[in-house]
Amino acid sequence: MSEAVISMLWQGVQESLYMTIFATLFGYLLGLPMGVLLSVTDQGGLSPNRVVYRVLDVIANVVRSTPFLILLILIIPITKAIVGKSYGPTATIVPLVIAAAPFIARMVEGSLKEVDAGVIEAAQSMGATTFQIIWKVLLVEARTSLITGATIALGTILGYSAMAGAVGGGGLGDIAIQYGYYRYETDIMIVTVLLLILLFQVFQMAGNAIAGRLDKRK
Amino acid sequence: MAEILVQDLHKTFQTKDGILEALKGVSLEIETGDIYGIIGMSGAGKSTLVRCMNYLEVPTQGKVVVQGKDLASLNGAQLRMQRQKMGMIFQHFNLLMQKNVLDNICFPLTIQGVKKSQARQRAMELLEVVGLSDKAQAYPAQLSGGQKQRVAIARALASNPSILLCDEATSALDPQTTYSILELLKDINRKLGLTIVIITHQMSVVREICNRVAIMQAGRVVEEGSVAQIFAHPQSDVGRELVSKDSPSEGDTRTLTQDRIQSGNRIRIVFSENSSFEPVIANLILTFKEPVNIMKANTKNVGGTAKGDMLLEFMPGSTQQEAMKDYLRQRGLELEEVSDHE
Repeated sequence: MSEAVISMLWQGVQESLYMTIFATLFGYLLGLPMGVLLSVTDQGGLSPNRVVYRVLDVIANVVRSTPFLILLILIIPITKAIVGKSYGPTATIVPLVIAAAPFIARMVEGSLKEVDAGVIEAAQSMGATTFQIIWKVLLVEARTSLITGATIALGTILGYSAMAGAVGGGGLGDIAIQYGYYRYETDIMIVTVLLLILLFQVFQMAGNAIAGRLDKRK
Repeated sequence: MAEILVQDLHKTFQTKDGILEALKGVSLEIETGDIYGIIGMSGAGKSTLVRCMNYLEVPTQGKVVVQGKDLASLNGAQLRMQRQKMGMIFQHFNLLMQKNVLDNICFPLTIQGVKKSQARQRAMELLEVVGLSDKAQAYPAQLSGGQKQRVAIARALASNPSILLCDEATSALDPQTTYSILELLKDINRKLGLTIVIITHQMSVVREICNRVAIMQAGRVVEEGSVAQIFAHPQSDVGRELVSKDSPSEGDTRTLTQDRIQSGNRIRIVFSENSSFEPVIANLILTFKEPVNIMKANTKNVGGTAKGDMLLEFMPGSTQQEAMKDYLRQRGLELEEVSDHE
């Protein structure tokens, strides 16, 4: 493999990591509060609110049911307004965040709903406010599950970022499509796929290790 | 003035199968310093009742007045302040599983904005009270059920409450651990003057620790009074059933022995089916002209045959003990010496 190809692949890895990590970060910035709101306002939640829950629920469902590739094209005007252009790794982060946020929100919602109702009741009996219960009980007790969720989110976003390669999104996916699909250079495609698998493995192992270390239930 | 006053309390729940009336007009008065038992079968409404006492459940109708304050008149912040004066412990302990013992006990203090160093100091004091000083850094998953409940008690006491609500606090524990937790609660009641409300379905818990008791059935209080009075003369069907089903726990025999360390020797005798027809004890007393004290008597079904089980105590300084034991053996009874210092 020529030096040019290797440096191209290395750049691909960097771009993929850049997109995935920042999209996950911003995804959580939106998705975490959204997930907390979903779990808190649901029936039987800490402070049920049918209207808020319905609105967030519909938003999450609409975004999640739109295929990512279509979402990517659909929101090009928004991407242009934020980043200034519609192609390249930085531009790809915008649709990634929009697609990831509701997905993350659903996972956060699920994690928080796993928290034992008895512990929440105990905190209420001590006079804790709803905010204190969210911050000091729900997010703490659900920690392991949240980290496992974040690992899944990271992997999924890595996969989405590769899809963005179809429209010039940059990263490993872009290389795989250009070389494997348009030029029939199968060997390069296979290497990019192997690199994607490797990245995915690294995320998964790191996530599991952190979740395991922070879990005090055993 | 009563510490907790409950007046004509009603609570209905909307469930899938329709409306459930958990409380149908409950009235109670709990005085300061009481250890007040609320007993009933499951579904009687006792857990709902205790949750109304700190408004974890808001009653549909009726009044809860705690320390002179009608809980319905309090706003959100005032209600939280009031809750801080009322500790609560639960059947399943409800500790934060991801926090260590020390942080669990600090929790009620941190939510009140107490400084961390101060909270820790208080938590260590409380760990001493519940006898778990060496477990400060342990996580709940590393503790036994009894230890978890001790941590929960320490946590409930952290903000110096004047009332402690216990919802089936010993139901998940074995008899020995139950006994030690009840001793701890008694101790706290004595030393801190805490009013304790105990929800339970075990009559032994009420007998062990409570001074007053309310018996609940189907959302109503069917009987209320001092524990001694209800034990002696239960008026309601549920009361009679609970009293008759109550059998002394292991803990009791121990206190009994400790109380009477000076008394005479004891033996345990076991009747088998055929020996229980003859009035052995009566004949024994008539033969030897000396009374024996029946400490405990029980009939049990052991593997399909009825076995009588009796604890006898000879008069202190009795000279006929050996002869009496022989008499019993001759009548086919199994005998076992029970040491005083067991």
